[in-house]
Formats: sequence, C-alpha cells, structure tokens
Amino acid sequence: MTEAADTPVLRARGLRKEYGTGEGLVRAVDGVDLDVCAGETVAIMGPSGCGKSTLLHLLGGLDRPSAGEVSLNGRRIDDLSEKALARTRRTDVSYVFQSFHLMEELTAVENVELSALLAGRSPRAARRRAEELLEQLGLAGRARFLPSALSGGQRQRVAVARALSNEPLVVLADEPTGNLDSAATLDVLQLFEDLHESGQTLVIVTHDARVAATADRMFSMRDGALVDETRLTGGTTGRLGTLVGLGD
Amino acid sequence: MQQEVILALLAKEPSYGYQLRARLRDALGPLGDALNAGQIYVTLTRLEKAGLLAVERSAGGADRSDRKVYALTPAGQQRVAEWVAEVGWPRPDLAEFHLKLIAAASARLADPLAIVDTQRRELLRRLRDAQRAAMAEPAGSAAALLLEGVVLRLQADLRWLEACETNWTHRRSGS
Repeated sequence: MTEAADTPVLRARGLRKEYGTGEGLVRAVDGVDLDVCAGETVAIMGPSGCGKSTLLHLLGGLDRPSAGEVSLNGRRIDDLSEKALARTRRTDVSYVFQSFHLMEELTAVENVELSALLAGRSPRAARRRAEELLEQLGLAGRARFLPSALSGGQRQRVAVARALSNEPLVVLADEPTGNLDSAATLDVLQLFEDLHESGQTLVIVTHDARVAATADRMFSMRDGALVDETRLTGGTTGRLGTLVGLGD
Repeated sequence: MQQEVILALLAKEPSYGYQLRARLRDALGPLGDALNAGQIYVTLTRLEKAGLLAVERSAGGADRSDRKVYALTPAGQQRVAEWVAEVGWPRPDLAEFHLKLIAAASARLADPLAIVDTQRRELLRRLRDAQRAAMAEPAGSAAALLLEGVVLRLQADLRWLEACETNWTHRRSGS
C-alpha cells in the first residue's frame, strides 16, 4: 500500500465542542477520535441530543471545535482562515441534510450544478456533470422540475446529486432519511449502497438502524463521545434463515 | 421446516419432490439456502407414514423419494385446512435476554450495557445482510416480501435494545 492510501480521508483527534460556561457548560462533543478511510461508509448512531449533528458539523468545517484537530486528506482544517475554510467546504466536503435544503426557486438540475459551480467548474462542465448525476439517480426526466414538484424521496436524491457534483473527498449526511417514508428510505439506502460501490467516502449520522446497517463500521455515540465501534462487514447471511424459522 | 408447510405446498396439485423444492426456492429466495433437500424428503416420508400424504406413482417403480409424485390424502387436506385457519405467530425470546441483563447486573457478572452493545452489533450485522439481500431481489419478488419482514422485526428488536440501553443507563447512574 502507498503512503497516500494509508492516510485517512477524514481524521479527528481529541475533538471537543463546548457551549456555555460555568454551571451551564455543555460538552456537545467530548473527546472524539475518528479515522475514516477512502471509500469507507461510517455510520454514527445515538439518541437525539448525543452530539452527533454537532460532530458532523465539526468534521466538515461548518463549525469550529473548542479543542482538537480535524484533517482532510492529511491537511488540518480546524485552524484554517475563514476564507480557506470556506474554500475547503466548497471543494472537499458535501452535506446531505434531513430536510434536503434545496433552493426552492431553482430547478433540480440548477440545484445540482450549483455546488460544482461554487467549486470552480466551468458552467458547461457543471451542467454536464449535473445531468449525468441526475441520470444516474433516475431523475433525468425531472431535471427541469422545481423542488416543490418533486416527492420527498426525489428531493433527497437531488440533494445527494448536488452533494456529489463537486466531487467531494467525503459526503457527510445528517439523518438523510429522517423526513422520508419507508419506500423513499429504501431508495436512499440503495443510493448509498451505489455510492459505496463507486468508492465514495461517506459519513452518516442517523438514528435509523436501516441507514446505519448500510455502513462498513458503526459507532454508538452517547453524551458527546463515541462509546462502541462495530464492524458490520463480514456477514451472517447463512444464519438469516433462522430469523424466519428456517433451519436450526 | 414445519410439516404443515410441506403439506400446504402440495395442496395445489400432486407434485414431485423437486417441484416442491422449486416452489420453496421461489418463495424464500436467498433464505431458502438454509433448507436442505434431505430434510424435505425426510418430512415427506414422515407425512406419508402418518397417512397425510400418498405416493401417486413412482417413475420406473424406483423407491427413490425424488422420483415419486406426492398427493394429499383426505386427512392431509383436513390438516391443511385446520392449519390455514390457525392463528399462530413466532415468539421472539425476549424474556431470556431481559433476564440475562437482570442476572448480569445483580450478580455483577457483566455490565448490562456491554451486553446490549454486543447484542446490537449482532443485530445490525443481520440487518445489513437482510437489507442487502432484499435490495438484490427483483421488485415484487416473493422473497423480497419475506426479507422485508426480517428487516422490520430486526428494527423492532433494535428499538427495544435502545429502550434497554436507556433504562440500564438510568439504573446504573441511579445506584
């Protein structure tokens, strides 16, 4: 293996985020160490209020830690200037949110190409990539629709396409299925499986076990800290039969 | 495999053993891998001895079970009708796990939260496998529906584990 392959895409050390002071001090994130390798899907599960969304914001530079380090491809981002951090957010990371956060006055394809344009692609290249992505996600026929004309599942797929259009090092997803019904959830799960297959690095914060189960590794988060790590690959398929009353 | 299932799958028409296995494979998809053909033939032989099945004909007079056509007897039809009308539901053994946590905590054998974590790891692995198997099925397949049942039950079990975790976290910090 080359040295580059050994460097995690995303690395956090001693990450803390505190709000308030004295009696009112809240440690939302309390000493998190995390390495995410290229092509890996990592899920972080925990009850609401455990700090998982705050952690995701720190990992992508949406928020700055009170202490600790975050690196993308071996480069520290926690100590960057505002300007440099904004550039990193546009080019190196993408977010997928529970409530989609699409621009309501832009069409699907305009929403998708926006993040490629912000990352510095030419309008022509951005449009081509946006159309390719919508095609891949089965939304080619909806490219000219406004978000309001799309179902929840379709909106989330547009949001995922937008997250991919700047070809980020890592996609950070915060409760991506939180607003979706069961069928649309399945669509998004399938989409994450496809991303995983294509080698996209993905960190997903969720309390939906189905989403967590698409990951290679899953962390449980309690009171701001990662308390348990589970490797989900390695399989149990042979024993699935026992769950439905087949075999011993 | 329950004897009644085998009987009921023969209710459509008399069939060779291999036809029966094909029906099971269609219905169960990847979950059918857990079944072994030998078990099915053993069950068929038992049902025949019990008078619930009869062998209609044997190809070439051979005594091999895969060469026989099996048909329901009137008693077999009666049994299938009763079974279809029965209300039954698989019982997950929640009490055993619940008592394990209580015993582990009271005798200080292990940390109940560690037991919950271990259990969750296993259930998540199974959920991952079931979900992947379900996604690999063509839309509308019979096996996909069964796999959805597996996924939903695992989700329910995982939610119960969350409740166990919350409860034992409070108990531990309260003691």
